Amino acid sequence: MTADTSEAPVAALPPPAAAVSCVGLARRFGRRWAFSRVDLEVPAGQRLLVMGANGSGKTTLLKVISTLLAPSLGQLRVCGIDPAEDPAAARRRLHLLSHSLGLYEDLSGEDNLRVFGRLLGKDDLDVDPVLRQVGLERRPDPIRAYSAGMRKRLQLAALLVKGPELTLLDEPFAALDPLGCAAVEGLIAALPGAVIVASHQVVRASRLCERAILMDQGAVRWMGPAEQAVEAWRALHGGDDLQGGG
Amino acid sequence: MARTPGGPADVLRQIPMILAKDLLIEWRARSRAFALACFALTLLLLFSFAVGADAATLRAHAGAYLWMSVLLSSTLLLAQSLQHEVEGGALDTLTLAPVSPAALFYGKALANAAQLVLLTAVALPPVIALFDAPVKEPLGLLVLVSVLGCAGVAAPGTLYAALTARLASKQLLLPLLLFPLIVPCLLASVKATSLLMSGDPMGQVGSWLGLLLAFDVLYWSLCGLLFGRVIAA
Repeated sequence: MTADTSEAPVAALPPPAAAVSCVGLARRFGRRWAFSRVDLEVPAGQRLLVMGANGSGKTTLLKVISTLLAPSLGQLRVCGIDPAEDPAAARRRLHLLSHSLGLYEDLSGEDNLRVFGRLLGKDDLDVDPVLRQVGLERRPDPIRAYSAGMRKRLQLAALLVKGPELTLLDEPFAALDPLGCAAVEGLIAALPGAVIVASHQVVRASRLCERAILMDQGAVRWMGPAEQAVEAWRALHGGDDLQGGG
Repeated sequence: MARTPGGPADVLRQIPMILAKDLLIEWRARSRAFALACFALTLLLLFSFAVGADAATLRAHAGAYLWMSVLLSSTLLLAQSLQHEVEGGALDTLTLAPVSPAALFYGKALANAAQLVLLTAVALPPVIALFDAPVKEPLGLLVLVSVLGCAGVAAPGTLYAALTARLASKQLLLPLLLFPLIVPCLLASVKATSLLMSGDPMGQVGSWLGLLLAFDVLYWSLCGLLFGRVIAA
């Protein structure tokens, strides 16, 4: 007897876990709260812009989501994993591109990518295609001789080597000239997976994202579609300090 | 059998990678190593000038001068070893890779120990020449004392370098914390080296080697356990 599979009920696949899910998240340093009561859900594959002036809590929020800092209060899940229970599993799924280079100044770009690849278990990594993808060529000199734009591209190359499900970008356009900004914008636009961009270059960063939140003095003041981010910023801060219009 | 991510197999896989990475960085910036060797040799010269032309005293204390020179130079090397990670933010990249803190500790401590052994090897010929102190016992034993002595400095030194890496006064704090801790290691290394240079008719080297080995086992275990807490803090 053969079973008729055409009528058999198909078990529904569970929806993919949100890239980031946080409830009542807060972090303090001593008696000062860097941010508090952040409720946020970033579905897999979505791009979120985190806006805010300097000191609004953007960087600390990204560091907490990246698991580099533990939250003082609240619950956090990264790609469905509780970092408090299994930090290594959460860390394997994310990458943070921060203000600091995160690479070794005494090594060349190629050496840095090879070292990073080996640590990720990619022993046979071919670095040439990755370097080409970010517009860098092989150079034997240490990266301390690189320009700000080249350093940023190398950081993005390291990100591509890891290929995370969740990418956290902290001020990715900082210290770049307009040409460098445009190049980095193109690279970010091509990133797979969920992306959270923290930037006060609102105009440029909002073009890369679907949703946005606006932080001020450690609290989320506004949340909505990225197309409305510029208006939300102007409503809170006025229009004079908008950046990144190129 | 499938490898458990983050398990002991992963730690063992990562240790040689961290070791190779640190040695590669030191090779690429080898002018630092050259400066360190010059510093160690300058200290040896200063010791000989300070003691004067008393050949018997110089010979009797040659082992002490060798180890004091290595120890004082080691603080510069150890302070530098964590600077690569802290200044450029590479420690965050390693944490998120994720590299296990134990792998990071053992990789870095092995790299530091290897560099200290090399420094001892560079400093030994001038000690023999300057202080007229030839090695009378088998050279292999002196190599063993060097390896165990340098390992005894490297393990707590790497831990304290991590503890002080973010502090403004790290160059002062590192020796202040490290030197009292490694007195047994220094004592055993100096005594064993002196016996190997002057001759060991009573066979006392073995007991000093035993003390060095016990010190190394204790501190390589203890510091490996504590390192994760130190870098998390």
